[in-house]
Amino acid sequence: MSKHDFSTRLIHPGRDRDPYTGASSIPIYQVSTFHQNDPEHLGRYDYARSDNPTREALEIAIAGLEGGSRGFAFASGMAATASVMMTFQTGDHLVVGEDIYGGTYRILTTVFQRWGLATTFVDSTDLDQVRAAITPKTKAIFIETPSNPTLKITDLAAVAQIAHDHGLLALTDNTFMSPALQRPLELGFDVVVHSATKFIGGHSDLIAGLAVVKDAELGRRVRHVQNAFGAILGPQDSWLTLRGLKTLDVRLRRQQESAALIADWLQARKEVKKVYYPSLSGHPGREVHLRQASGGGAVVSFELETGPQAVNLMKQVKLPLVGVSLGGVESILSYPATMSHAAMPEKERAARGITAGLVRLSVGLESAADLLQDLDQALAQA
Amino acid sequence: MLNLDTILAQAGSRWDEKTGAISMPVYHSSTFRHPGLGRSTGFDYSRTRNPTRAALEQTLAEAEGGDGTRAFAFASGLAALDAVLRLFHPGDRIVATEDLYGGTFRLFEKLLRPYGIDAVYVDTADLEQVRQALEPRTSAVFLEVPSNPLLNVADIRAIAALAKQHGALTIVDNTFLTFCRQRPLELGADVVVYSATKYLGGHDDVIAGVATTHRPELAAKIAFLQNAAGAILGPQDSWLLLRGLKTLPLRLARQERSALTLAEWLARHPRVARVFYPGLPTHPGHERLRQQASGFGAMVAFEVADPAQVPDILAGVSVFMFAESLGGVQSLITFPAVQTHADIAPDIRERLGINNRLLRLSVGIENVDDLRQDLERVLE
Repeated sequence: MSKHDFSTRLIHPGRDRDPYTGASSIPIYQVSTFHQNDPEHLGRYDYARSDNPTREALEIAIAGLEGGSRGFAFASGMAATASVMMTFQTGDHLVVGEDIYGGTYRILTTVFQRWGLATTFVDSTDLDQVRAAITPKTKAIFIETPSNPTLKITDLAAVAQIAHDHGLLALTDNTFMSPALQRPLELGFDVVVHSATKFIGGHSDLIAGLAVVKDAELGRRVRHVQNAFGAILGPQDSWLTLRGLKTLDVRLRRQQESAALIADWLQARKEVKKVYYPSLSGHPGREVHLRQASGGGAVVSFELETGPQAVNLMKQVKLPLVGVSLGGVESILSYPATMSHAAMPEKERAARGITAGLVRLSVGLESAADLLQDLDQALAQA
Repeated sequence: MLNLDTILAQAGSRWDEKTGAISMPVYHSSTFRHPGLGRSTGFDYSRTRNPTRAALEQTLAEAEGGDGTRAFAFASGLAALDAVLRLFHPGDRIVATEDLYGGTFRLFEKLLRPYGIDAVYVDTADLEQVRQALEPRTSAVFLEVPSNPLLNVADIRAIAALAKQHGALTIVDNTFLTFCRQRPLELGADVVVYSATKYLGGHDDVIAGVATTHRPELAAKIAFLQNAAGAILGPQDSWLLLRGLKTLPLRLARQERSALTLAEWLARHPRVARVFYPGLPTHPGHERLRQQASGFGAMVAFEVADPAQVPDILAGVSVFMFAESLGGVQSLITFPAVQTHADIAPDIRERLGINNRLLRLSVGIENVDDLRQDLERVLE
């Protein structure tokens, strides 16, 4: 199947039917254990924490779609990130993009710091800063591009090159783009993690995380952590994630089209101080981004003059749901300062441009005309 | 009034005031606690009304016609049709499209006829045949537009007007085009039925049916039958259907574009004798569908020149799946004479054109080049 186009592989992702009945929808194996015919030689499945056929179909699918050797499904995006981090040891050091997701920042600066995994945060869009932060103890570089919420762009191929020149692993969180728009493993990265809650699941109805590795040996290490810690994704959510994957391509195309339109429109509004969108003309990372991804994605951040204006906008919009998260079929308007980045100290937020006037719009599948009309009335009242 | 894709994208998103959850909760509750004697929350017993099913039915009603339209969700497309046909009485007569879905034909012949409701079948694409079939005891005209599998197109507006003159209802099975493309209630029909298993659900993972109407007296009767006979859609399947509806406009747009590409390609292929796709200007229903719908759907039927090729095609496809059903994200190929229309007598099948050379494609959302190459390989 790998010869087929990405949109075809979403529908037929490696294991696309039940081998026993031919069912075109993979069954939900709501089971904890499996009968063994031969007590001396266990079968392919023995206990569902280790392997569940529904979860396995999802893991095969995401591995193929990202172009890796092995995929893993976890109970949340943070469980995926944390499980990958568990493959490192006390005394190891990581170079991490300063604009990473607030939850990742939190776990690195609290739990993992306590366990002796050191982290240096750098502006990963500046490759010299990345290089300068590497020490003899550094084991990996971990970045996000576009970053959240100001959508700064890091050059994936260049970071992978730096990592490999120094014998390090290159890790990235590909949640904002998904493999439909950006495939970091093909650009030299070793590990991709996802909050599958976002674009991959795409319907704001599940919490899930995924990890894909390129190298088989690293795959065995992640597999060991997945089984030993057991932060696995359950069968019902695995199946919903598989279902979500099928429409990933059509959803993202529409969402991206609307997002580009909205970004242009916002740019022309007097109430808007600044618009952040990777393919917008004038975005400093535009050229790098369009070289490594096929479009600007579906998240647009923009800044109003004041905090009260931003808060007022959140109150005036009628169509976007106001809340945390992104990537769903419904447009979602978030306020990073108190939502996704609340875990980050105010000083750190300010340094990253996460001001009181900044809002983040995840563009959904609603008619773009309806969304523009709603933003128009909300901005006029903000 | 919001656009249809906006209504569908946010289906069920604003229901739960208490938690603000933007995905409709799945209410697996059979019964509901009463606030006091003689008082109700609006929900008493889930067969009568279930919150998840209610959110689905409300979305479908808005999508089908807005104010005054009601929708009812059933355990399958045939269960929806069965509930609608229970509106009629022994002695009533129904004029129906002759190349009907086999399951509908079976329902008419094996279940309704013994009960005294007679169906007569005519080519409903020919208005004159419909006119001649109408008699005083005709109580309904039942149309599949386009028909299955040959995609013949009946003139809904003209037939509904004619039926109305005779005091008969017009019922349209809109499964193939959905309310995104064809809006039978606005064309004069009284009731619309769906196998929601197909495009509405769209992922080949739920069996469901829907009936909609904007006639209050019919809605009251269907609501009564839904509750009294109880062939309701369960909460989990109602929720899956809501989830499916969110991407319906996108799926259908992609599927339709690919269907046209494949139909045009098949029409040029030397091993293909005939192609049936209403989006082709040569299809007899093209002009009519262009007027009464905003698209041509994603079902394509074709006849191979050599019937001996059929088994190899069905066994050889690797992107298309050889399976019944239609309307899902994955492309399917079926052999109507043996699969979907086996209940129709062989001589009638042959006359209708459902012969041993006919194959039907349900075009999914895979890449169209992959689909074309798959067909190219098996046709060689």
